[in-house]
Amino acid sequence: MKKILFLISLSVLLTTVSAQEAPTSGKKLPGVSVKTLEGKTISTADLNNGGKPMIISFWALWCKPCINELTTIADVYDDWVKETGVKLIAVSIDDSRSSPKVGPTVNGKGWEYDVLLDVNGEFKRAMNVNMIPHTFLVNGQGEIVWQHTSFSEGSELQLIDMVRKLNAGEAIESH
Amino acid sequence: MNLKVLLSGIITALTLCGASVKGQDFLEGGRVTGNFQLDAQVYKADSAIGANEVEEKMRMNAFANLLYSNGNFNAGLRFETYLNPILGYDPRYKGSGVPYWFGSWKNEQFEITVGNFYEQFGSGMVLRSYEERNLGYDNAFKGARVRFSPYNGVTLKGLIGTQRFFWEQGPGIVRGLDGEFALNDMFDKKGKCKTRVTLGGSFVSKYQPLEEIVVNDTSQLLLPANVASWAARFNINRGGFNLDGEFANKLNDPSSVNNLIYKNGQSMLIQASYSMKRFGVIVSGKRTDNMSFKSKRTETGNSLDINYLPALTRQHAYSLSAMYPYATQPNGEMALQGQINYKIKKESLIGGKYGTDIALNYSRITSIKREEADGESTFLQSGTLGYKSPFLAFGDDLYFQDLNVEIQRKFSNGYKLLISYMYLNYNIDVIEGHPGEPMVKAHILIADMTFKFNQTNALKIELQRLYTKQDEGDWLQFMAEYTVAPKWFFTVSDQYNFGNPDQDRRFHYPTLAMGYTQGSNRLSLTYGKQREGIVCVGGVCRNVPASNGLTITLTSSF
Repeated sequence: MKKILFLISLSVLLTTVSAQEAPTSGKKLPGVSVKTLEGKTISTADLNNGGKPMIISFWALWCKPCINELTTIADVYDDWVKETGVKLIAVSIDDSRSSPKVGPTVNGKGWEYDVLLDVNGEFKRAMNVNMIPHTFLVNGQGEIVWQHTSFSEGSELQLIDMVRKLNAGEAIESH
Repeated sequence: MNLKVLLSGIITALTLCGASVKGQDFLEGGRVTGNFQLDAQVYKADSAIGANEVEEKMRMNAFANLLYSNGNFNAGLRFETYLNPILGYDPRYKGSGVPYWFGSWKNEQFEITVGNFYEQFGSGMVLRSYEERNLGYDNAFKGARVRFSPYNGVTLKGLIGTQRFFWEQGPGIVRGLDGEFALNDMFDKKGKCKTRVTLGGSFVSKYQPLEEIVVNDTSQLLLPANVASWAARFNINRGGFNLDGEFANKLNDPSSVNNLIYKNGQSMLIQASYSMKRFGVIVSGKRTDNMSFKSKRTETGNSLDINYLPALTRQHAYSLSAMYPYATQPNGEMALQGQINYKIKKESLIGGKYGTDIALNYSRITSIKREEADGESTFLQSGTLGYKSPFLAFGDDLYFQDLNVEIQRKFSNGYKLLISYMYLNYNIDVIEGHPGEPMVKAHILIADMTFKFNQTNALKIELQRLYTKQDEGDWLQFMAEYTVAPKWFFTVSDQYNFGNPDQDRRFHYPTLAMGYTQGSNRLSLTYGKQREGIVCVGGVCRNVPASNGLTITLTSSF
């Protein structure tokens, strides 16, 4: 066991040195399989927005603050896209009990996000998500540059502010 | 022994990886990420609500995940500690250690994982391992898994392993194979066909040494060493239309859960949905018959499940609507569910400036029909086929019924309202195993208001009322939450059992909470009383005993 811990602490030492500089973090999206609402399997490493920033938001139908966050953003999403070119990818971690309801609910609410289904939490685990909502900001090179957990009214303003900073090439606070 | 296996696994993976990445690059390009969570509770006895004295005064659960990734190589581990497990967690978690670690390597076609892993075949009806850390549920496999995509659109998986049982492994060995074929990706590379069809099939077998037991002092039963199960599934999608189905079958598997009967198990799940912008509808049906599948014959609790039987009911998010949650009855149930979502247009007379969301959901679960298979003397008896059951017939016993409607509307930038009504039937006798107790019939009303004062300050008020003449009678809940985005929240709430038929048990359960979030770090403190009840997340439920005291939760991801 000690050897493994040593191996891991060694790699921490070797790798975190360069991880601090935003907006490039070097922290690429992990590649695991998720499904689209059309039933197509894709790799999360291939997620992109043509060089523009991307928001990845983990949510579930049973999570009130998550629905609140996505509903709030839905009202201003058109403006966000026009202004910054950002794209929001809403990753549902609902399991097979509720995942078939995700498509009809998302459409029924009129959300225009790209929605992915992570039915067994594989993407969630690879992204170290503990509690939802958990939101990541990914830069045009596919690197995670910022993350935030929980949602309260007004948090969306901080999020779009980060997107603007990213577009302007400004530094982003590490958390 | 374990350590050797672990090290050799990691070394194998490292060696495999070395084939594509040079040693030097391997260390240079690597990255470590992780997360951490700590839940600590300080207890104060409160004999009135049934919160007992806790000898330790304070207990704590914590875990940390570390993930290492470098190109095609990944490794990770999770440290867990329960000193001692907080109330509501299985006491068998007591202790500390590293129950989860893995190494994996992949290229274009292969992905090989050794160690502990989670996996799901189809909807999970024959195989699913997963974790719900906040409920203490974890049935991870320990062994090896290979995923193989020989051709575009084809995914094959094979695995072998034992399952986690607290700090040990269950006695059964699980072997599984699964294939999924996305026909469009295989045969229609240009994407001309608008209808997408995906087919899949699984085979899962469990081994536990042959056993001979005596039941009722007379009959000798031979319990099979190998139990096979299989499933076939399809998914058809065209535009807004989606049709999903899976059929699963399990061969004779006498166990403690099914009272040692030799009948085959079956399960079927069909879901059809249609949606377009601002409108979505889904209808689902499910039959479950003798489908408990565990990697230990005598296990009856929430552990060592090989498969997952999704409940066809809505998962409610408000405390009173979630007071009577349903969990699938693996020995047999028939379930139906329907849901409609509709958004009344923005800027319309009825919809208002921002539009109005309406959701209607209904589910109904009954028993299956059971008939004598082999004469009266064998009906439901151990060592026999137990019963026979017509496939599409609904039984006479109602287990659960839930009709709920929810309307949500934003009136202005400063005010939002959600109102909800729900009617439910809850068969407390079957679901909680309280024989003779009458069916709970309850009406629940909820109002949830949000007032936004400026860009960062908001107040949320929740009022909930549950009406019932059964069980503990009427409840009232009040909650007010003040938030300063994106960092602070303060909550005060009270749950009041004012309608308890026993006048001396009309308790209040007040709590105060506050929390601070900075990026992906979050600290919250909750002080107050927690009623005894069932907490469910993602389909698993656990009983939480009444408690009184302070809860501290710290989470962090990096």
